[in-house]
Amino acid sequence: MTVADFLFTNAPALLVVIPLFAAFICPVAGKISSTIRNLWVMGMMLVTAAVAFILAFRVFVTGPVLYVFGAAAANLAVPLDSGGIPIRIIFTVDAMSAFMDIICAIVGVSVLLYSLSSESRNSGLEGYYTLFFLMIAGVFGMVSTGDLFNFFVFLEILSLASAGMIAYRIDGGLAVEAALKYFILSTLGAIFVLFAIGVYYGQYNALNIAMIAQRMQFTMLDKIALVLLVAALAMKCGAVPLHFWTPDAYSMAPSSVTAFLVVASQASLYGLFRVVFTMYNITMNCVTVGWIIIIFGVLSMVVGVTMAIPQKDIKRLMAYHAVSQTGYMLLGVGVGLAVLGNTTLTSAFGFMAMEGGIFHIFNHAMYKGLLFLTAGAIFYRIGTRDLNRMGGLGHTMKYTMIFFIIGALAIAGIPPFNGFASKLMIYESVYLFNPLLAIIAMVVSILTLASFVKVFHSVFMGPKLPEYADVKEAPLPMLIGMGILAAIVILFGLFPQPVVDILVAPAAHALADQGGYIASVLGGA
Amino acid sequence: MDLIAPLLTGYGIWAPVTWLVAFVAAVIVVYLLWKTGESSYKKGTELERPYLSGNVEPEKGAVHIRASNLYWGFLQALKGYYDVLVPVHTGILTDYMIWFVAVTALVLVIVGMLS
Repeated sequence: MTVADFLFTNAPALLVVIPLFAAFICPVAGKISSTIRNLWVMGMMLVTAAVAFILAFRVFVTGPVLYVFGAAAANLAVPLDSGGIPIRIIFTVDAMSAFMDIICAIVGVSVLLYSLSSESRNSGLEGYYTLFFLMIAGVFGMVSTGDLFNFFVFLEILSLASAGMIAYRIDGGLAVEAALKYFILSTLGAIFVLFAIGVYYGQYNALNIAMIAQRMQFTMLDKIALVLLVAALAMKCGAVPLHFWTPDAYSMAPSSVTAFLVVASQASLYGLFRVVFTMYNITMNCVTVGWIIIIFGVLSMVVGVTMAIPQKDIKRLMAYHAVSQTGYMLLGVGVGLAVLGNTTLTSAFGFMAMEGGIFHIFNHAMYKGLLFLTAGAIFYRIGTRDLNRMGGLGHTMKYTMIFFIIGALAIAGIPPFNGFASKLMIYESVYLFNPLLAIIAMVVSILTLASFVKVFHSVFMGPKLPEYADVKEAPLPMLIGMGILAAIVILFGLFPQPVVDILVAPAAHALADQGGYIASVLGGA
Repeated sequence: MDLIAPLLTGYGIWAPVTWLVAFVAAVIVVYLLWKTGESSYKKGTELERPYLSGNVEPEKGAVHIRASNLYWGFLQALKGYYDVLVPVHTGILTDYMIWFVAVTALVLVIVGMLS
């Protein structure tokens, strides 16, 4: 077997194994020298990203990829002597999972490159990179696994690593407090998830998502499990009114970490969508659950943006916008779910709403990651997040300003950037479902623009302030990290239809096609 | 695959490349208009100094409008809304946990009753 064959066959496992290996070797590399450590982490991140792209390519070309740990063959999901139950840990990577893998890979590379400069002045970097790779492993595991308990394990790995990263700067105890809030809420959410898993296992004697989906009866116990999962994952993705940890954690974490926390939140959003579409689908009352997700979405959009406007801390402001943007994803996919049982409405606008919501996940990861990185570059140079103390930085931090403008216009849904494309899909499809929801979404975009005009003016405009006379542009690795995301924001905005055709539509189909998912796992039994 | 294919939204289309061409054309027209303007500006002379009705120019830091001064009217107009919304964000962990558990219970009632 050649290296290429090995990579191609074992890509789902390598997606988790490589970051874990990188994480635990990192302290050893750091003992040798900081240069060796930096080369190690960058090299491992690039290899991980390459594996993610190889896997995604395979999925989009040939269909879902199964990886059964410990089986005689990688796709042997159901052993002959298991009574028809897929007992092993199975990674089921369909187009939706591959879509998330691509997001994680791109943001991971950008953030790591950025971190090489942004964190270079800090101590404890071995721990930083170890936790970063654990976060990477957690996200890849969550979006790739086809096993509910395994999902819980990766969720916990992600939560623990994220809490460590949020507390990384300590910051007089404020960062530790933010991390503690995140950690305890995450633990409570994890208990909900574990309880739900126990319910499924007790009823269906299985932990495999496809198996549970096939046997789903939608009993009262299933309703309880559904609600626990929806609430826990909605909290983890920062949906209002479960969003309270988000501004605390996002603002106190290093900006590079915050950019990746966006992806971590989206992994929970993925989990939420996987539960309602793949596990329950039309066995549940899609209208009720769809509207619950829509209400989460509308509340997130409105509360997020209105809370952002009065903020004086640049990262706290951006954190509230992250909440607001999550609302668009919940709205789009929620509308798709609400009409899932109606073929006519699904083909008329429901599927388009789902595509818009899913496309927005990608776009949001890129422009929100970019915005957090620009905030980090500003903090790196002037040492404050207080908007009231900023001004005139456009004179000296020109590239950072350009990247900020690109991110700000994208998040506000201004053409021709990527945020506009996905928001347009959401507006038009949601308008056919309920015009009021589409109008709210558009008003929220206007308020988003207003909020970022305030940030732009406060940070970059005005005369060159005497206290920042010596401020320089951000270091090159930070600019390259921002540049990668900015380039994607522009490219995906200019050429949205190929992106929808190649990445988004297959992901939406994979999510909606419960039968296909079940067949991909159990059909080969 | 048509790289510049317009985005089909199910209800209409969005052609960003066409938009970009129109935008660039508009920028060129604006540039040509700008080029026809007065060109006697001299860098580093009195022309650069702001004229404030004869008053002395304040410190640079004093003329920059800070973030807190922006959208004051908007925040005042929605004072009732913000008076409710802001205090909800207490920053207290136990409050966050109560919200989490309460919302879960509410969703459970809704799903239990309506499904």
